[in-house]
Amino acid sequence: MEPFTTHTGVGVPLRRSNVDTDQIIPAVYLKRVSRTGFADGLFAAWRADEDFVLNAEPYRSGSVLVAGPDFGTGSSREHAVWALADYGFRVVVSSRFADIFRGNAGKQGLLAAQCEQSDVERLWKVLEAEPGAEVTVDLREKTVRAKEFVAPFAIDDYTRWRLLEGLDDIALTLRHAEEVDAFERRRPSWLPSTQPVAG
Amino acid sequence: MGRTLAEKVWDAHVVRRGDGDEPDLLYIDLHLVHEVTSPQAFDGLRMAGRRVRRPDLTIATEDHNVPTVGIDLPIADPVSRTQVETLRRNCAEFGVRLHPMGDAEQGIVHVVGPQLGLTQPGMTVVCGDSHTSTHGAFGALAFGIGTSEVEHVLATQTLPLRPFRTMAITVDGRLRQGVTAKDIILAVIAKIGTGGGQGYVLEYRGSAIEALSMEARMTVCNMSIEAGARAGMIAPDETTFEYLRGRPHAPKGAEWDAAVEYWRTLRTDEDAVFDREVRIDADELTPFVTWGTNPGQGLPLSERVPDPSTIADEVERTAAEKALAYMGLAPGTPLREIGVDTVFLGSCTNGRIEDLRAAAAVLRGRRVAEGVRMLVVPGSMRVRAQAESEGLHEVFLAAGAEWRAAGCSMCLGMNPDQLRPGERSASTSNRNFEGRQGKGGRTHLVSPLVAAATAVRGTLSSPDDLD
Repeated sequence: MEPFTTHTGVGVPLRRSNVDTDQIIPAVYLKRVSRTGFADGLFAAWRADEDFVLNAEPYRSGSVLVAGPDFGTGSSREHAVWALADYGFRVVVSSRFADIFRGNAGKQGLLAAQCEQSDVERLWKVLEAEPGAEVTVDLREKTVRAKEFVAPFAIDDYTRWRLLEGLDDIALTLRHAEEVDAFERRRPSWLPSTQPVAG
Repeated sequence: MGRTLAEKVWDAHVVRRGDGDEPDLLYIDLHLVHEVTSPQAFDGLRMAGRRVRRPDLTIATEDHNVPTVGIDLPIADPVSRTQVETLRRNCAEFGVRLHPMGDAEQGIVHVVGPQLGLTQPGMTVVCGDSHTSTHGAFGALAFGIGTSEVEHVLATQTLPLRPFRTMAITVDGRLRQGVTAKDIILAVIAKIGTGGGQGYVLEYRGSAIEALSMEARMTVCNMSIEAGARAGMIAPDETTFEYLRGRPHAPKGAEWDAAVEYWRTLRTDEDAVFDREVRIDADELTPFVTWGTNPGQGLPLSERVPDPSTIADEVERTAAEKALAYMGLAPGTPLREIGVDTVFLGSCTNGRIEDLRAAAAVLRGRRVAEGVRMLVVPGSMRVRAQAESEGLHEVFLAAGAEWRAAGCSMCLGMNPDQLRPGERSASTSNRNFEGRQGKGGRTHLVSPLVAAATAVRGTLSSPDDLD
């Protein structure tokens, strides 16, 4: 995973709450067996509408998505994160993220920056007043800046550390292999195995 | 201080406590796998030269993509076929047990696990699917994970996780005739909102929950994610033990006794404190349906489509306006007057034998309304076989419904079972998101009883509306 420290790019105001992962990438696009190539499916239904924000020229090249509350609800599909990243997004700003989406984002180096809803509204105003305005997201300082407006964002310290360092979770866990072995020796014998049973 | 059920299960699975901000490392007892969220995970293992640490705690089934007709033929959609074939190759290469299309145990992953007795109280269960919360009905801590986490569990049989907060959802009282588990959970979601459960494990408790069958409890826990909660749980009791006794993977003999003794300890202590508590009065509940495009946008069937202009909160008002525009509904329309084109009975929410029995009891001797198509898709091939042994398929077929093979089907329309643009459905599934059942499709979430009555009348209805 690439380390993430700061990112500056065009901000995209998405005035929608409850952006569920079926909207981010509809199920029909989930049939690929690779992690790439999902950009075509990003917001597929909404992009068919020419008034959708990503169809307006300066926003088309956006990399910081500023969305309403409850972003990433619904299906656990990590394809939602892959589609956003594949399109070019590095950051999503929202006042509330669904738990699974937030976790998936952290695994893939997509920053889920949680701001107060009042700050999201201010960002929307800035980005709508000047389409194409850039947003700078600083993970060290935990701030989002657009023009003169600066807002703090929240992220848990562990995810922040992993993103700053670009660390891979599996490698971190494998450092504790002996503790996993010890735990396995303590497991009760009645727990089921998936191996087929006779009869 | 006492602990909640969720905290007990959590504590029993901590391999390693995190220092400071570091998450705990949790052991996973059962990992369920399907074709959509696993290919990139197996690929990751291959690239890193890693193996599946515990194939004996892992099981796979084909469900999301599979057609529900002509299952003896190759899958027509080449991309779906590739995904299913990729799962078969991965399972063969990594030694994972797989129930493929056509197998007697094939079905929706969340129907198959409990049916085999693999889901048991006090376990940790994960799957790359958000409806893994279903398994919490057994008092297991069960939650959906992303593909990176699937890879992590395959490689290590653990997950780094930060403890959840706990929320008690107490449902006391008695459900009226015709009111079901589905109505309970739709009412819960409408009450706490689609984000209300974020960061929490929900524990459903109270006399109305204790009175539910295991299958009904699964319906409740299944939709915890629709309230934003990764997991929902119900303390195991005699109902749970009776369901498990004799299942293929349930403990036997002395092991059974030891297990039950432990399972009886899996209750929230009297002096445990939940971070939040919500109460619902079961006596007040009536059949519930959704009118909008998220599962929190629901109302009793007796109500009317809401008027967004009366909603004070700006974010909610905008959401309601967008939902009504998408759904093609006018404010003030009685919900009972909304006509549907399709009725879908199935999914991991309501595709089990009791759901099929309930719907069949309504349809017996009646016909699906002119111009309405009804799909009945059992949650697993076992459920299908059971239904056929009871003659339920004959009831559905005589009523004019279609009797299909098992899979996720129209719940998410990854296979050919989809709504056409503008088509409206009454669906026993779990999500009414825009385009969920097919591009431009409009979904109303309902219970199996409401689904069956709606099929007969052609408009959203409960069995009480039938002659």
